[in-house]
Amino acid sequence: MRAADLVTAALLILLGGVVIYDALRLGIGWGAAGPMSGFFPFWLAALLVATAALIFLQAYLGRTAASFVERKRFVPVLKVLLPLAGFVALTDPPGPWNGLGLYVAGGLYLGFYMRWVGGHGWRSIVPIALAVPVLMFIVFETWFLVPMPKGPVEGWLGY
Amino acid sequence: MGFENLLLGFEVAITPANIAIAAVGILLGTIIGVLPGLGGANGVAILLPITFTMPPTSAIILLTCIYWGALFGGAITSVLFNIPGEPWSVATTFDGYPMAKEGQSGQALTAAFTSSFIGALFSIVLITFFAPLLAEVALRFGPPEFFAIQLLTFASFVGLGGGNPLKSFATILIGFILSTVGLDIVTGQLRLTFGFTDLMKGFDFIVAVIGLFGIGEILLSVEEGLRFQGARPKMNLRVVLDTWKVLPKYIRTFVRGSVIGFWMGFKPGGATPASFMSYAFAKRFSKHPERFGKGELEGIVAPETAAHAAGVAAILPMITLGIPGSPTAAVMLGGLIIWGLQPGPMLFVDNPEFVWGLIASMYTGNVIGVAMVLAFVPFFAAILRIPFAILAPLIIVVCAIGSYAVHNSMIDIWYMLIFGIVGYVFKKLDYPLAPLVLALVLGDMAESALRQSLIMSQGSLMIFFTRPIAGAITVLALLLFVAPMIQASLRALRAAHARLPAATHD
Repeated sequence: MRAADLVTAALLILLGGVVIYDALRLGIGWGAAGPMSGFFPFWLAALLVATAALIFLQAYLGRTAASFVERKRFVPVLKVLLPLAGFVALTDPPGPWNGLGLYVAGGLYLGFYMRWVGGHGWRSIVPIALAVPVLMFIVFETWFLVPMPKGPVEGWLGY
Repeated sequence: MGFENLLLGFEVAITPANIAIAAVGILLGTIIGVLPGLGGANGVAILLPITFTMPPTSAIILLTCIYWGALFGGAITSVLFNIPGEPWSVATTFDGYPMAKEGQSGQALTAAFTSSFIGALFSIVLITFFAPLLAEVALRFGPPEFFAIQLLTFASFVGLGGGNPLKSFATILIGFILSTVGLDIVTGQLRLTFGFTDLMKGFDFIVAVIGLFGIGEILLSVEEGLRFQGARPKMNLRVVLDTWKVLPKYIRTFVRGSVIGFWMGFKPGGATPASFMSYAFAKRFSKHPERFGKGELEGIVAPETAAHAAGVAAILPMITLGIPGSPTAAVMLGGLIIWGLQPGPMLFVDNPEFVWGLIASMYTGNVIGVAMVLAFVPFFAAILRIPFAILAPLIIVVCAIGSYAVHNSMIDIWYMLIFGIVGYVFKKLDYPLAPLVLALVLGDMAESALRQSLIMSQGSLMIFFTRPIAGAITVLALLLFVAPMIQASLRALRAAHARLPAATHD
């Protein structure tokens, strides 16, 4: 716990430093339209650095034996986090590639998670992983007219 | 005067369309409240995009009803599954779950819903009378007064929020800093973008809410090994009526809970302390304090009344001052801006049908809500019997849809992921998330109020002290803020002092 607290406080100090750097570029004084663009961010960041330094000190001096997370308990967290990152990457891969769209990626993600974590049989996975995206497509695209990112599969189907 | 306006409001709220919207809102809200990872704030955030095309009054009715539904839904999971869906439902589990284990889940749930309803009703009546008065006062406020109120809002997070005041303050600052990212509309300069075009649009608080509260909450609940093994609800008309016969006994608890809830609720972050405070008072004044925690009906009445009274009271500062009292109210406030309304006292002048429609819908929404949850508890409880391996990815996909829909932008889904991880870490380290979201929502308004005030005073901060109303509020805010900060710093230094001699032994 203490290490995580220290690292977080250090990162916040770093964040404050980055903001101060940019605020100084923008100007923190008095300009033609009153306070300049960097004025508000500068003071926020200055206070953040001071506060995070105190938190760092507090954590450094504190004595907690508890660890941030036990290894055994962190496995299920990773089992949610990694497929989630995979799902986001499938929907919108970084770089020049085109994504699969939210519906297809969502269905694949649902099926994968059911298999990997839940250990469900294919007989329940396939219908659910197909029905959920179709249902969501109907609700969002046709009822509420909120368009979602679409990929090649929707393209073949004429959307 | 207020009465005529209220009638006008009821004319808006009691149209078939708006009643149907209220019912749908309660249904969705209760489901959201029951599901892990989806609470009032991110439920409202996810569904906000579907209201963009609605008329504002229907849209706010939908969102507030989702909020009431989520409050009711929190009680269901607390009683049946011992899982508080929201922090202010924690106290409800103390006596609710023991009752459910003894097979009295029907009585417990009836008491919870009825108390929620009564607490809510109390706050709504007070809002009906006080909102116009407060708005009238607020109409005379200038930028310095509004900035002072913002200070007070955030100071009360630090001073009254409990937990580590330094960490509360840090999250407030992070929220404000995130709100400055992107184009500065006053000077036209780009701030904190460092040349990345994606950062030009800044961070949307809706995405932050979905990530911090939704994804973060799911990560936390899988770590804690969430298992839905709960009592089955035993509800029928007989149980409801029998419980209602007993409840009038607790009239004092109802009144006390309502007053505590309203008083704590219109200040930020008040619902959770209100529920605990009400529970503690009920226990102290009870003739059988030893029964509390083992399945005492009064132990459900007290926190539920207070939590709902507080949840409703959080709407008061949102519509009168434009300052939300809770993260959910903050999301609604964001909705108001998107629908083209200016939150704050001018609403009462410019959009009376909106404000009074909203207030009237609080009455209708809660009546519909209590009837619906009483009738459909088994259905809502059944949702939690869906295997977690289906529920979790489903919730996550819905979160992703909500994040994307805000601006039709893919980068927001990536932000959701990042905010989710930050939310998980912050929650584990006791950094409160609500102030961060509020600061992100209010950031632009706070900065422009500060700028305008400083322009009025030609750069002197004294303007926040010399104007009478602003001065009083600022002083109060500083007191609330400085006292716990000094205390925390002293404690840190004292610990340092104590540690020094110890360190020589190592």
